[in-house]
Amino acid sequence: MPALLEVENLTIAFPALTPVLDLSFSIDAGETLALVGESGSGKSLTALSLLRLLPEDARVRADALRFNGRDLDGLSAREFRRLRGGEIGMVFQEPMTALNPVLTVGEQIAEALRAHEKLSAKAAKARAIELLAHVRISDPHLRYHEYPHRLSGGMRQRVGIAIAVACSPKLLIADEPTTALDVTIQAQLMELIDSLRRELGMALLLITHDLGLVAEWADRVVVLYAGRKVEEAAADNLFAAPAHPYTRGLLAASPRLIANRHYTLGRLDEIPGGITSAAGEPGCAFYPRCALRRSACRVRPPDLAGVADNHLAACLVTTALVTGGSHGVLAG
Amino acid sequence: MAFLRVEELVKHFNPGEGALRAVDGVSFEVRQGETVGIVGESGCGKTTLVKTLLRLTPPTSGKVWLDGEDLASLPESKLRAKRRELQIVFQDPFGSLNPRHDVETILTTPLKAHGLGSTAERRQRVLSLLESVGLPRDALPRYPHEFSGGQRQRIGIARALVLSPRLLICDEPVSALDLSIQAQILNLLVDAKARFGLSYLFISHDLSVMRYFADRVLVMYLGKIVETGDHSSLWARPLHPYTRALMQAAPDPTQRRRAPALTGELPSPRDVPKGCAFHPRCPLASDRCRIETPLLRAFGDNQSAACHHPPLDA
Repeated sequence: MPALLEVENLTIAFPALTPVLDLSFSIDAGETLALVGESGSGKSLTALSLLRLLPEDARVRADALRFNGRDLDGLSAREFRRLRGGEIGMVFQEPMTALNPVLTVGEQIAEALRAHEKLSAKAAKARAIELLAHVRISDPHLRYHEYPHRLSGGMRQRVGIAIAVACSPKLLIADEPTTALDVTIQAQLMELIDSLRRELGMALLLITHDLGLVAEWADRVVVLYAGRKVEEAAADNLFAAPAHPYTRGLLAASPRLIANRHYTLGRLDEIPGGITSAAGEPGCAFYPRCALRRSACRVRPPDLAGVADNHLAACLVTTALVTGGSHGVLAG
Repeated sequence: MAFLRVEELVKHFNPGEGALRAVDGVSFEVRQGETVGIVGESGCGKTTLVKTLLRLTPPTSGKVWLDGEDLASLPESKLRAKRRELQIVFQDPFGSLNPRHDVETILTTPLKAHGLGSTAERRQRVLSLLESVGLPRDALPRYPHEFSGGQRQRIGIARALVLSPRLLICDEPVSALDLSIQAQILNLLVDAKARFGLSYLFISHDLSVMRYFADRVLVMYLGKIVETGDHSSLWARPLHPYTRALMQAAPDPTQRRRAPALTGELPSPRDVPKGCAFHPRCPLASDRCRIETPLLRAFGDNQSAACHHPPLDA
């Protein structure tokens, strides 16, 4: 069976920089794929490009962008509008800015419904109230008439989720959906999104910087660094045996609630430096920060290579492709 | 001996009927060289607590003893000098640095404000601090926008250290930073603590950061401390159901798709539930919890919790 979404060699370029380069991934129906990376990794731009929401000066090139058997590139603006908010729903990080402050939350859900389905105003209102109940907002009849600023951040994000799933999408793109929220509310919302995913048979593209969320909710993971895919694996495998030095570094740098690490017992492992643009660099984008780097890493960007079943990493060193093996020259 | 002692600190906004009880009778101590963490959800009163203890906003009641002097009743002139001992590192390294000032101005302004040193001495002080926080000397003539988030936080830390404080209040110092940068800044704070003999009051919503960084933790809920414990007792045996819920809610790479630990949201601090404020969300709540407010009581030497039914067996 073909994947629900297939992205092949997606490149996003602006006049001065290329924040996403040759990125490929796919999502099966009903699956949760996490796109993980830090600021500047290109994860949000990737999501926006799938929704055709990039700024006008962005140039998007891909060998293939297929959704549910259709070529996304070939769709007219009108066809795309029907898809976006219809078969592809989206939830953003900031529920305050994503919602319209001068419409009640109920009106916004009803508006989203009527943009995609032929519904009377009355029927749309009834459906909107059902959706509010569905995202577990109490007293949905009363809440229908509330304005966004009257709701807490968690409630607003529930409204955002109601709008996103209003038309029973096949794919939900959630860009840092719980980042602005407290952990207890975050846990509630992730559980809500996941139960909606199962109930509606949606696939979920979860875009996040939070490895804890990824471990808990994702089936598969794509790790991005400086706009390139550096690792891809089933979530269990990624956390059990991370293959890319960046992924390993991130896991080692995170304090963990479960592990008894305390500053009196030693420092945290750092990844030195910061993310820098990989533009113009011939070699691996992670080279300047990498603990395992060798001179060969500077020659050309490493290809993705299999390290285990369904587990890819783009690293010459850890995928043991360095010519000369263990006596490769260590760079200072 | 306690270097900072906070005694029954209260901050109510619009006191009277319908008051917003942001800080509702908080007492704790910070000893010299100790890192005390405050953890809780947004709206629990962490930030108001800090502002009140610094007297950036006047307390409704209560006392803040710094080396035996009560900050809350000190005249403004003496307060100023005392404030040198207490400095803050803010969460947002973008919003807390003046974009129109270069790094040298940012770092020398506190010294000038307190009339410390000659121009040459100030410059010397600033250069040695830059080195301590891991910034190059050529950072001095540059402006905040020329730095990354992590470097800006280093500037914020240098600014907080420039007056040689004894206590650094860190309000979510790493939560705006990328994961790979967080570890760098936490390590820097650990190093600075040893190097300058600092105490920290460390505010964070992130329990994994708290577990790593704090010697003792205060858990706040709706303006009150509901549990406090030192590193070895609290994490091994959390007693308050709220502390347990926070720990369960923290994302954890070894867990898959768990049910949320807590239902409902934090009630409004304008309308704090009667009895134990946590009872509407608590799985262990009894009739007693709905009527009688539990007081903090000790469990062992290094831990106390405000709960009628602490799960001691688990």
